[in-house]
Amino acid sequence: MEKVLQIHDLHVQFSTYGGAVHAVRGVSFSLHRGETLAIVGESGCGKSVTSQSIMGLIPAPHGRITKGQILYGGRDLAKLKEADLRKIRGVDISMIFQDPMTALNPTITIGEQITEGLMQHQRLSKSSAKAKGLEYLKMVGIANPDIRYKQYPHQFSGGMRQRIVIAMALICEPDILIADEPTTALDVTIQAQILDLFRKIQKQTGVSIILITHDLGVVAQVADRIAVMYAGKIAETGGRRDIFYQARHPYTKGLLQSVPRLDREEGDLVPIPGTPPDLFAPPKGCPFTARCDHAMEVCARLDPEKTHIQDAHFVNCWLEDERAGRGSSTAEKSTITNF
Amino acid sequence: MLLTLWLIITGTFFLMHAVPGSPFNEERTTNEAVQRNLIAYYKLDEPLAVQYVNYLKSVVTLDFGPSIKKSSQTVNDMISWGFPVSLELGLYTLALAIVSGITLGVIAALRRNGIIDYLAMTIAVLGISIPNFVLATLFIQVFAVNAGWLPAATWTSWRHMILPTFALATGPMAIIARLTRSSMLEVLTQDYIRTAKAKGLSPAKIVFKHALRNALLPVVTVLGTLAASILTGTFVIEKIFAIPGMGKYFIESINNRDYPVIMGTTVFYSSVLIIMLFLVDIAYGILDPRINLNKKEG
Amino acid sequence: MRVKSKQQKEIPDEWFRPLDRSDMDAEAVVRPSRTYWQDSWQMLRQNRLAMAGLVFLAFLIIMAIIGPSLSPNSIEEQSIMNQNLPPSSEYWFGTDDLGRDVFARTWYGARVSLFVGIMAAMIDFFIGVIYGGIAGYKGGRTDNGMIRVIEVLYGLPYLLLVILLAVVMGPGLFTIIIALSVTGWIGMARIVRGQVLQIKNYEFVLASKTFGTKTRRIIRQNLLPNAMGPIIVQLTLTIPSAIFAEAFLSFLGLGIQAPHASWGGMLNDALGVILSGYWWRLFFPALFISLTMFAFNVVGDGLQDALDPKLRR
Repeated sequence: MEKVLQIHDLHVQFSTYGGAVHAVRGVSFSLHRGETLAIVGESGCGKSVTSQSIMGLIPAPHGRITKGQILYGGRDLAKLKEADLRKIRGVDISMIFQDPMTALNPTITIGEQITEGLMQHQRLSKSSAKAKGLEYLKMVGIANPDIRYKQYPHQFSGGMRQRIVIAMALICEPDILIADEPTTALDVTIQAQILDLFRKIQKQTGVSIILITHDLGVVAQVADRIAVMYAGKIAETGGRRDIFYQARHPYTKGLLQSVPRLDREEGDLVPIPGTPPDLFAPPKGCPFTARCDHAMEVCARLDPEKTHIQDAHFVNCWLEDERAGRGSSTAEKSTITNF
Repeated sequence: MLLTLWLIITGTFFLMHAVPGSPFNEERTTNEAVQRNLIAYYKLDEPLAVQYVNYLKSVVTLDFGPSIKKSSQTVNDMISWGFPVSLELGLYTLALAIVSGITLGVIAALRRNGIIDYLAMTIAVLGISIPNFVLATLFIQVFAVNAGWLPAATWTSWRHMILPTFALATGPMAIIARLTRSSMLEVLTQDYIRTAKAKGLSPAKIVFKHALRNALLPVVTVLGTLAASILTGTFVIEKIFAIPGMGKYFIESINNRDYPVIMGTTVFYSSVLIIMLFLVDIAYGILDPRINLNKKEG
Repeated sequence: MRVKSKQQKEIPDEWFRPLDRSDMDAEAVVRPSRTYWQDSWQMLRQNRLAMAGLVFLAFLIIMAIIGPSLSPNSIEEQSIMNQNLPPSSEYWFGTDDLGRDVFARTWYGARVSLFVGIMAAMIDFFIGVIYGGIAGYKGGRTDNGMIRVIEVLYGLPYLLLVILLAVVMGPGLFTIIIALSVTGWIGMARIVRGQVLQIKNYEFVLASKTFGTKTRRIIRQNLLPNAMGPIIVQLTLTIPSAIFAEAFLSFLGLGIQAPHASWGGMLNDALGVILSGYWWRLFFPALFISLTMFAFNVVGDGLQDALDPKLRR
């Protein structure tokens, strides 16, 4: 499969009032054409920062990419100048943000907001831009686009606004759509509609989607592939079935167990104890060590290496080492494999 | 709004009647011609309530009555002579303050924590700190007396207008600059600015089309208060530069204890201010589509 | 399939034993914790302009107390021999048209300005906190009515009102303070009300309410300490506007009357003789009024930044 985007050993730092925060610490993954890749993790795990660095939207001067490559169309986006990045943003790679209530400018009509990117990048005339704007409004399911075109954001509901935002992101026909928690701020029924819309659009346009979310329910519905992030690193990646049915990393398992499911007894809902590490001073070794039931001495000392399980399934965990579990009881070992 | 105006009229009316030695009291110290004017206008021989209703009526018909120090003049005369000049001074000041204040504020916000920002904001705090009458006297000392570049008094040509306008505009300009800066910084962190960036818009478009309009909303809301401070500022500025505006008459009337004039001008000034506040509301509605619509729907 | 790297092979086997976690805490907080006030002080100290302002204000307060007596000449002592003298070793800031010592009068003016500023701020504080506190805490109809009163008063041009009151009550220090207080508390009341409304719904306040704590106790123990930041900022910024108003009135001849000195009055006197070149009569009061207001403003700004948790990124 063709890779539209490749990220290599990405490191992002934020300098803050309290010191440097290592938000992303060596993330690598690739995105295939036409697939939906979900990046999953708790808040603060670096998933949003990763997506923002692809767009070159890390708030300067506090945040910066300190190491790594973001390869797109034969170019390294991490090294591009702002002016060149601008030609890629919205045209080749678009982004949708979490809160549709604040993502639109309250004082500009939505028609204008949808088409302004088009007019800047493709130098379309106002009337042809409008024609395309109306077409996309219709595509994302806005009724009466002619009337709606001239209205302001406050005249739309949250779900409608998210549809508008999606139309806005797609209007230049990008290769990649990054959606950062696109349904988190919406009602559950609206969520389902928006996710449907994503599927429909992907079928129509063949756009590759990176979906950033902490909601495993959303992931289960739309993702082809999943990357689980923890404390600025990737813990595990794999196809949807790999992650949901054959998770290897204790953190992935913890995540899955902390989601309520109908096919399990209520008592089985297990929260992961503790909180993610403070990224002001990230711990040595595997960042999950402190919360991991299966932690070994090596975990606190060395970074686990990427282990290939099968197909697209990779995991970064010392438990995959053949020496793991020798010192522990067999009972404990079985809980690891028999999830 | 009308309530505020009514409060002002009522307040000034009864305050003036409470002052010992005012012409509305028994000890009538003014000359006879004036006395007759006053009695005719205020119906001083009638009970206070009647006088009050009478005054309200005449204010509604924009007749502010006679002066007690200058028997041939009415308050309306003074307003019609002085107000055009004061209005001119006020409008130039407002225009200068708004244009330069917003420009300075936007530049400072865009160059946040840079040298220009620190410089602009230090100047702005200075502008807020130095009272306009202090600035005016310093301007005269430096530019008129020492350097001799510009005339120090009267309101006859554009050269005469420079010093008073700048002296009066500096304070409001500083306030607008600071407000624009902080509101601009706030707006620049908004999600819709990030959206605009994600669309790949040029920085100029982001700043002028997406940020500025929203950033100006809080600035518009203070324009009413600023207009009030410019208006009271005209009192001292007109006094310092010997400009024949309404402020000059007002200050004169205060020093002469010319109560009808004080009353009339106060009510007039308040009306002007209230009209200003009303205009500001309208401007806000134009800038912010949310306001307009709410009114239509509600 | 699982290819081992060189690094992996070198790891000793015993590292693969379960980790002894008796000394580890999953919830450990790594950063040192500091209180809100320590943090704020730290931020304020880094603001050089605000610190300079504080130092100047300290200097001003000391000089306002001892300044007039440092000079061998009193503020009222007139001397026809010594009219309009430029600064010298005898008269450090020169003399005015009655031969009075500008140095002594400047510090006396500082006394007046500071007194007016601090008194106005204190009165604003009391009325504003009580009014805003009640409006915000009671809410509902009480709040609506109280806020309507504020709205009406807010529309009044305050300096005009102050002038009017000064005319009616006759000039003087007391008049100025009263006149400033009539509308001055509004800003404070609005801030306190806003804070109270915000804080009222915090969990900890709801919690103490369910325990049956008395209203007044809740206001005093919970609301005020939390609303303190914005209140302090508002107080620091009230003082310079009161100082400005006093100088403005004195400049118009409606303020402090002779023989007492005030910066506004001194400026007004100096303006009359501006063409005669007695620059010192203009310069010193102008300098100190501007510096004082500047100092209060930068300290207020500094406090605002330091006390605003939002700015701590």
